[in-house]
This record gives sequence, structure tokens and C-alpha cells, in this order.
Amino acid sequence: MTINNIWVVVEPSNGALTTTSLELLTHARSLSSNVAAITWGGDGAALAAQAGDYGAATLHDTGSLNNSLPGAPVAAAIAGLIASAGAPDAILIPTSYDGRDIAGRLSARLDRPVLTNITGLNDEGGLVSEHPIFGGTQIVKAAFTAEGPGIYVIRAKSFVAESAGGAAASVNTIAVGDTGATATATITSSHAEERTGPKLEEAAVVVSGGRGLGEAANYQLISDIAKLLNGAAGASRAIVDAGWVPYSHQVGQTGKTVKPTVYIACGISGATQHMVGMKGSKNIVAINKDPDAPIFQIADFGIVGDVHKVLPALIAALQARG
Amino acid sequence: MFPGLIYADEISPRFVSMNIVVCVKQIPDPAAPQSLEPSHNLNRTGKLILDEADTYGVEMALQLVDAAGTGEVTVVSMGSAADLSGVRNALAMGAAKAIIISDDALRGTDALGTAKVLAAAIRRVNPDLVIAATESSDGYTGTTPVQVAELLGLPSITFAKSVTIDGSTVKVARQTEAGYDDVTSPLPCLVTVTAGVVEPRYASFKGIMAAKSKPVEQLTAADLGLSAETGSAGARQHIVAVVTAEAREAGDIHVDEGDGADKIVAFLDSIKVL
Repeated sequence: MTINNIWVVVEPSNGALTTTSLELLTHARSLSSNVAAITWGGDGAALAAQAGDYGAATLHDTGSLNNSLPGAPVAAAIAGLIASAGAPDAILIPTSYDGRDIAGRLSARLDRPVLTNITGLNDEGGLVSEHPIFGGTQIVKAAFTAEGPGIYVIRAKSFVAESAGGAAASVNTIAVGDTGATATATITSSHAEERTGPKLEEAAVVVSGGRGLGEAANYQLISDIAKLLNGAAGASRAIVDAGWVPYSHQVGQTGKTVKPTVYIACGISGATQHMVGMKGSKNIVAINKDPDAPIFQIADFGIVGDVHKVLPALIAALQARG
Repeated sequence: MFPGLIYADEISPRFVSMNIVVCVKQIPDPAAPQSLEPSHNLNRTGKLILDEADTYGVEMALQLVDAAGTGEVTVVSMGSAADLSGVRNALAMGAAKAIIISDDALRGTDALGTAKVLAAAIRRVNPDLVIAATESSDGYTGTTPVQVAELLGLPSITFAKSVTIDGSTVKVARQTEAGYDDVTSPLPCLVTVTAGVVEPRYASFKGIMAAKSKPVEQLTAADLGLSAETGSAGARQHIVAVVTAEAREAGDIHVDEGDGADKIVAFLDSIKVL
């Protein structure tokens, strides 16, 4: 099957496209010479240069959603575009809060299945997607067997974003159409958590803590080391579920995917759920008191020891270096 | 569009009771080794447990019904009825009844097929609110709840960090990249909750005993008027192959003898992070 055309859902954030959106556009143009992007919020004209630079000829924009959550209206707009312009071979959607909503809504609207948690997508005489399972030890390769469009929800950092130097995309306004009661969820206010230091997904150094820290107060050790290394502080699902730190810190299958220069896992045993989110790190350092912890199987450097002793000593050593 | 469902514009100004459906899944214990069958379905022959991710939704629902004063929680689940201990756990926590759709023909159903089954079962209950986890802890597809909402014609608010009901409106703090958004929606609505939204209660002995006599309705796909679209035959995607990922080699592992921190610093030096 030749891949004639691909649509990429690109997510606006503070007047620019998210990094994952650019990664998807970059990869889409390696699969097809006919790439269009779809966005929402009415900033289309401002985003067109960026979308074009990364390979989209056209940027379809729903315009303002009047504070509706994007899932239902954007899916309706895409369904409307398919009805008028025909279906593309594939629709690529970022794994994000809104991306997942759009994918689920679109799947049900079109009565087409959806493939999620994708970390690779290749043309093997038709598109074949890759999905890590069991902590990334095995890769499932999957394909759609029925009529398109295939809906692919792709994880962050699966591809590297590279500019193609293309001209600004032409902006096409698309209608949302009828959404019945589905688009009535409305954002009334937005709150930003205070953040110091680099973003988790972008930091060159990520220091993460897990259940081995013993109690919530000890997460301060993780924050301190992250700060000393000019890195970001992450967490395993276990301590996020326990309420020690916010979900935004979570690294893993259900959290963020990180690929820093060095990932320092402290008191993290290495549950499959966690490993898939950090396995792509260039270097992995693990500190755990259990020599049999699975994390040591993927660590480049490991210390079998008590985090309550090693981490304060590490802080002192880093402070001593200034 | 869907007979039996209350639509937003038909709702009386204030609910007198809250009836909530919580979608739950019984999964193989994530702590036990996992494997695929030759069919590429997840091996589910071991003991099944209530997905921990679902305990937050059950707890949230129980608290919202308590706050409303009247109403009840119904858990809806698709999967084998051979082992109902996970569903019983939800009943022991305080849910009033369960509907389980169990049918060999449903083995291998994909996310959209699952959503069709759940939506058909939820229609029978006609709830004010549907709650689900953001994703299951075995499959992680993460789209089923929103597919259910679309099939039911309901609004949805995903990734809830907190949920309150105010009259006929649900108010949610929704996780975002930057922090959170306050989001409101008229009822009926579907909400997915993140872990940690509430602290799930442990089932009491009394609750466990009471759960034994609570109604568990078992349905087949045919009972819900579904057949051809579900099961592996209805899945319009297939697994091409399962391959072993490139393994990471284990590196230098040292036992801490008071020098662990210095060794880490030396390693960070060697990779030029310091």
C-alpha cells in the first residue's frame, strides 16, 4: 500500500506547537510527501510558519473552541473534514491529555479502531506501528486490517523533531459541526504549578525517587539533587499514587517519557510501568538497597545501598564541588 | 439518540440523588510475571484482581453518592466471570451492584469494541455520572472511557485530580501539562480519574460479607444486542509480530561501603554531566 497522505494533529501551547507535535510532523514527512496538520484554538496563522517548517503544506484550524475541552469538538471537526475531503491513510495524534481525548472521540465517531502507546511507525508495505510491552522488553508490531483512516496515538520522544525549512503552511479554517451534548465540558480557569529548573521532558539530568525513599518528606532529597545537577525531579507511579508528589512528576507508561543524558533512579525497583518511560535514557544510574531489583539490569552504573545514606552523602559531595 | 439516557437539556434543576456507574476491569496481578498467549492475547489464566487504578474511581463514586445523600454506585465490567473477586472487592468497598459482561466471544475485543459493550451496559443503568480510570494497568490503551462517552453522546472530562458535584453540574480539576484547569460540565457526564484523586478505602469485614449477597448481573454480548463487531474477529487491527527489544546491558554495580556517593560523582564526571 502506498501512503498517499497523512494528517497530523498538532497541539498548540502558549502560541507554539508542542515538541511532540513537531516530532510527529517530522516523522510524517518521512512516510509521505503529502502531510497536513490539524490544530485548534484560532492561533492557526501564528502556528502556520512552524507547521510548514516541519513539513505540513496545510494547517487546518477549527478556530476558537470557546473554552470547550478540545476532545469532542476537534474530533467532530476532523470527522467533518473527512466527510468533505475524504479520509487520509493515517491520522497521527500525540499522546497527551487532549490528544488522547481527540483520538478516542474520533475513533468512536468514525467507527474506526485506534492504536495507542506507539513508539515507532514504519512503512512495511503498509503502516506497521510499534508498541513496547512488559516494560519495553518486547515490542508488539501492529497494523490495521480494515478501511482507513488508521488512528495512531504516538508517545513523546519516539522521533526526533527536525525542521525541513518548508514555507508557512496555508491555513484552512474547518468547522466543528454538530457535537450534541458532547462538547459541553468547559474550562473555567487555568492554573500553572510553580516550576523551577528545566521541564522533566527536556532536562539533560533527571533524578527520580520511588517507594524506597520510605516517606514523602524524603522526596526533598530528590529535589535537592535535581537542583544541584540543574536537572528535573521525577517519580515512580508508586509514590505518585501514594500522593507524595503530583502526577506531573510521574515517569513511565502512564506518565512522561524521558530520554535525558543521565537518569538517576533512587529507591526505584524498576517496575515495567516505570522502565518504559526512562529506558531510552543515554545513561542510567540506579541506587537501591535490593541487589536483585530489576532496575540494575538496565543501569549503566549502580550502587547497592541505602538511599537514606547515599543521597545525603551525594548532596554533600555535589555541594562540596560547588 | 439513545433512549433511556437523560440529556443535559432535560435535567431538572437539582439532582435529588446521584446514580453513578464506575467502569472497572479485573486484571492479572501486575506484580506477577506477565506473558502473551500464542494468540497474542495477554495470558489471563492466573488470579484476577481489581485494577488498582479502578479503586480510585470506586472510592470517588462512593464519596459523591454520600455527599448527595441518596443514590447508588453500580460497577460495570467486561471480562471473564470465572473469577469475580475483583468485582466483589468493589462491592465490598460499598458499590450496590455489579454488571459483568462475560462472553467467550468477547475475547480479543479491541478498545472500541470494549467501549461498545460497556456503553450498551451503561445505557441500561441510565446514570447521572460515569467514572473510569484514565487507563487500565494491563492494556494501557487509554481511549476506552472517551469512546464510551462518544457512543453515549455524553461530555467527558479526563484526568480528574478532584471531582465535586454542584446541583446538575460536575466540577473537575483536570491535570494539564502546566498544572491543572478547572473544568465544568452539565450532568450526565463521564469523568476519568487519576490515581490519588481520593484515598481508596479498604473493604471492611462487614463490607466483604455484605458483598457476597449483592446482585451481580451477568450478561452476554447477545444480551446487549452486540455480536459481529466484538471479539477478535471484530478487531480491525492485528498483531504483525512480537519481537524482543534491544536489551540494555547491565553496567558496573557496586555495593555501597560508604563510598557510593563518591563513586556516583566519579561516574557523572566520566560522562561529563558535572
